Amino acid sequence: MSASLLLLIILALAAVGFVIGRGRALRSVQGDRRRLHSLPNYYGFNVAMLAFVPAVLVLALWVVVQPMVVNSAVSGLIPHDSYADAGALNLIMSDVKRVAHGLDAVAAQGIVQKIPLSEMNVGNTDIRGLLGSVGVALGSDVTQDVLNAAQEFRAKSAQGALWMSIIVLVVALAGFFAAIRMTNGDLRARNLVEHGIKAVLIGAAMIAVLTTLGIILSLIFNTISFFGMFPMADFLFGMTWSPEGRGGSEHLGILPLLWGTIYISIVALSVAVPIGLFAAVYLSEYASRTTRAFAKPLLEVLAGIPTIVYGLFALTVVGPMLVGFFGADGLNWMQGARSVMTAGLVMGIMLIPFVSSLSDDIINAVPQSMRDGSYGLGATQSETVRQVVLPAALPGIVGAILLAASRAIGETMIVVMGAGAAARLSMNPFEAMTTVTAKIVSQLTGDADFASPEALVAFALGMTLFILTLGLNVVALMIVRKYREQYE
Amino acid sequence: MNDMTKTEKALEMKTSKISAKNVQVHYADTHAIKDVNVEIEDKTVTAFIGPSGCGKSTFLRCLNRMNDTIDICRVTGDILLDGEDIYDRRVDPVQLRAKVGMVFQKPNPFPKSIYDNVAYGPRIHGLARNKADLDDIVEKSLRRGAIWNEVKDRLHAPGTGLSGGQQQRLCIARAVATEPEVLLMDEPCSALDPIATAQVEELIDELRENFSVVIVTHSMQQAARVSQKTAFFHMGNLVEYDDTTKIFTNPEDPRTESYITGRIG
Repeated sequence: MSASLLLLIILALAAVGFVIGRGRALRSVQGDRRRLHSLPNYYGFNVAMLAFVPAVLVLALWVVVQPMVVNSAVSGLIPHDSYADAGALNLIMSDVKRVAHGLDAVAAQGIVQKIPLSEMNVGNTDIRGLLGSVGVALGSDVTQDVLNAAQEFRAKSAQGALWMSIIVLVVALAGFFAAIRMTNGDLRARNLVEHGIKAVLIGAAMIAVLTTLGIILSLIFNTISFFGMFPMADFLFGMTWSPEGRGGSEHLGILPLLWGTIYISIVALSVAVPIGLFAAVYLSEYASRTTRAFAKPLLEVLAGIPTIVYGLFALTVVGPMLVGFFGADGLNWMQGARSVMTAGLVMGIMLIPFVSSLSDDIINAVPQSMRDGSYGLGATQSETVRQVVLPAALPGIVGAILLAASRAIGETMIVVMGAGAAARLSMNPFEAMTTVTAKIVSQLTGDADFASPEALVAFALGMTLFILTLGLNVVALMIVRKYREQYE
Repeated sequence: MNDMTKTEKALEMKTSKISAKNVQVHYADTHAIKDVNVEIEDKTVTAFIGPSGCGKSTFLRCLNRMNDTIDICRVTGDILLDGEDIYDRRVDPVQLRAKVGMVFQKPNPFPKSIYDNVAYGPRIHGLARNKADLDDIVEKSLRRGAIWNEVKDRLHAPGTGLSGGQQQRLCIARAVATEPEVLLMDEPCSALDPIATAQVEELIDELRENFSVVIVTHSMQQAARVSQKTAFFHMGNLVEYDDTTKIFTNPEDPRTESYITGRIG
């Protein structure tokens, strides 16, 4: 029985359980619902929950664990001398799985064989041709080892699936009957359902946290294996970045990339912070209600534009425009359309709504009594904003700016399209440079061996970025929290 | 009682500082203030009393055009300060508010030091020639606010760190520092405990020597204690305006009497 069919059966059981549980509860009080502890639906939900949840958990666990168990059991059948390292074993195992799936397909399509599937061997059948006929193409002829392993794989998987069906159904039925048995008018079904809901919510929160943890762990382990192949000091303090394709790179220094990232972020922030902040002050302090209702959503539309579109804008509009002023026809500071300035300006535009809408919220949170106090002393609007509102909102605004900065640091598409791909340490903002994020993309999209330092460096770069943005976010949150305490 | 009669005699010689004629205030569709006429005298404490929502705070905020900051509020009629219409097109509301200071219901010190709080107004209006001058103004204002002794050793500590009563006296000192001619107080003691209230009331009585003070209050005892003139508002109307002793002992309008004796409110 397949997992999806099982799931359907459990669902049906839960639905039946709902009806039965509800009916049983009502019958236990002779249809007088006022004598029930909880509303009738809660009894139904309680039965459905107990039938469904434990069974689904078992099912999910089984679906995840079974392939691992089968895999490790089957891989023992492959002789040690036929593979060199874990990577090669993985390749063989994926062959085994393809053959096994092919044999499954042969069985499923009912292709009649002279020799039964279980008695096949490399000698008596053209396995490759047979599998090809059911749409599973293999790169080479199947060896006897692989065939044996595939047969074992099928047997173990089938066995596992059978046990899974049995156990899951038993669990579901056990939950179902246990819940029905305890259903009577005095059962506190409402409280039980409340516990169930709490468990679901905790589960959701756990998944989010565990996923984050998993991502961080994978970053850390890959970074460690990178530093096993490449000296850390050369990575952290190297002044040149020039990976050489297939192994043996000596120049994987992060400094040019880090400089590009920081330079572009600085340009972006020096565009976004003043404009965003002034826009926020206008919207929250000066604009009339109607202007605000009209302008704020418009500004926030900017936040909805995909960054790739900003990238296009950088490449086709801003870049050429800058070349017109600073290129060979003008000041001759700029060689091509791609530069730190191009990417920085466009990224700044992207960040404007980010800064303005966060700052707007923070400025609005400054109590009206502060403004009244200032107006009551005969201050003008701009004096009030400058001397009372902004100082009061400053910690929050700094938090907003730091959050914007961590977005600027993590931005990729605009950089790829607007700043170019040359890793360079230069002060000229009209030169092409590149950032950490853009290089992560190019290191992993090439055809480099995944176990080589050229590919693994991407994880070290990612780790660096992660630490950088995490640091900024922590500082931002600390500042924002400090600000909140001030008015509560 | 003897004191009171003395004040009453003094009142007769005083001139009118603010005179309001046929003032109407609308909030969108609500008619909040209906045809109010009142003469507020110089160097006098005038109390506005009345039940919640009767319009006394709204009217107070008309006197320094604080209602300008509310979009939907519309004020008609004449309000004259020293004979000059404050709603005249030529009058700058910002300058007006420097002349007619305001203290609010909840103490609202700026998130700055005590010194900077008091120096805020003088700095904006350029009242000090130099640092020493500013120091003088700050000290004088804090003394007038009856808080100098408590804060003189920590002038550069944040104003928000003071207790509620101290904060409110700081706000009064801050308002006094701009040398206003009229001081409007919108329920200045409603967020304070009885001890702080007593300190502020004492302070109001002292302020009368230099300013014309208008105070909105919910407490009739407070009105009786601090004011020389009292105006009773009810549902947007100015029901009765007279000497405080007269209002509290021999009110003319039955509504005033009902309110004072606690039958409406």
